[in-house]
Amino acid sequence: MPQEARKDSANQELDRVVLTREQKRARRNRNIAIALALAAFVVIVYVGTWAKMGAAIFNRDL
Amino acid sequence: MAIAEDRTALVNVAQDISLATPGDYFVLLKPRVMSLVIFTGFVGLYLAPAGPHGAINPVLGAIAMLCIAIGAGASGALNMWYDADIDAVMSRTAGRPVPTGRVMPGEALAFGIVLASFSIATLGLFVNWLSAALLAFTIFYYAVVYTIWLKRRTPQNIVIGGAAGALPPVIGWAAATGSLGIEPLVLFAIIFLWTPPHFWALALFKSGDYARAGIPMMPNVRGNRSTQRQILAYAVILAATGMLPWFIGFAGSAYGVVAALFGLEFIRRAFAVWRMNSDDPAMVPAKRLFAFSILYLFMLFATLLVEAMVLRHVAGV
Repeated sequence: MPQEARKDSANQELDRVVLTREQKRARRNRNIAIALALAAFVVIVYVGTWAKMGAAIFNRDL
Repeated sequence: MAIAEDRTALVNVAQDISLATPGDYFVLLKPRVMSLVIFTGFVGLYLAPAGPHGAINPVLGAIAMLCIAIGAGASGALNMWYDADIDAVMSRTAGRPVPTGRVMPGEALAFGIVLASFSIATLGLFVNWLSAALLAFTIFYYAVVYTIWLKRRTPQNIVIGGAAGALPPVIGWAAATGSLGIEPLVLFAIIFLWTPPHFWALALFKSGDYARAGIPMMPNVRGNRSTQRQILAYAVILAATGMLPWFIGFAGSAYGVVAALFGLEFIRRAFAVWRMNSDDPAMVPAKRLFAFSILYLFMLFATLLVEAMVLRHVAGV
């Protein structure tokens, strides 16, 4: 079977899998944790940039 | 027949879908080890004098501490990835997420690599590259030199590997100053010399666990009597090294008194371990020394921190 066809078949198999309530809850909780971690990282980069550069953040050619 | 096989395949796929919760990933970070790293790293950062560009900005100091904590967590995840097979046979570690199957080994590896990369890069970009390089070295040392190379090969595993656990105050100091000095190296020496008596006390009363896992800890390789002797020797050297911050002059007399009293108590308890019957099944003196060793390290670093806080308050800095 060519690789593409094999991939399609694997995807179709996954589509037919019905997750249990526990699996759905675990996935949802993991997704929330990843979202919170990404948001925290964005805040860290933002606040860190201000703290490191201070007023010099505006010191550039416009 | 084909339908039955198909259903079996689907059930297998469904069972492979992860049940891991964020809590399982948090456990991969070894939060208890992480708390010690945060504490000792913060003491290094706080004790450091102002660098060439003045004192570290508090926000950048907080980012530095977060990076050190996440970097330590990454080391823990990489350790649990590699050690899943031996964790599974030891009572203390059998419930960890990888041996129980809640997190796949590959997931733990990817988690560790991602956290290590982000913590090192963030520390380098926002604080300085010396502290980032030290953090990278610490993660490499713990995950590769200790976990992969030494742990299963030599009874000196935790002696040499102890360097990784001793580096956080050096990283904290480097984050604050952008340089190194004798003071962080003394803090490094205290934790480095504390590690063998701490872990060997544990290894004495958990030697069955380590033997089952095939880890060559000192009691399993050289025997309990030799380990008891070495614990006492390290305790004496540690108690003397614990006095160095006062002796060199970067800690005050309150620290000197605490380090002397707790050092003497450490030696007393190590002496009790030395006198203990090697075949004693209860190993009470070893358990007492293990518990006290944690208090000892905490008290030394806490006193350094409180003393520095009081002195700065009095000086109005």
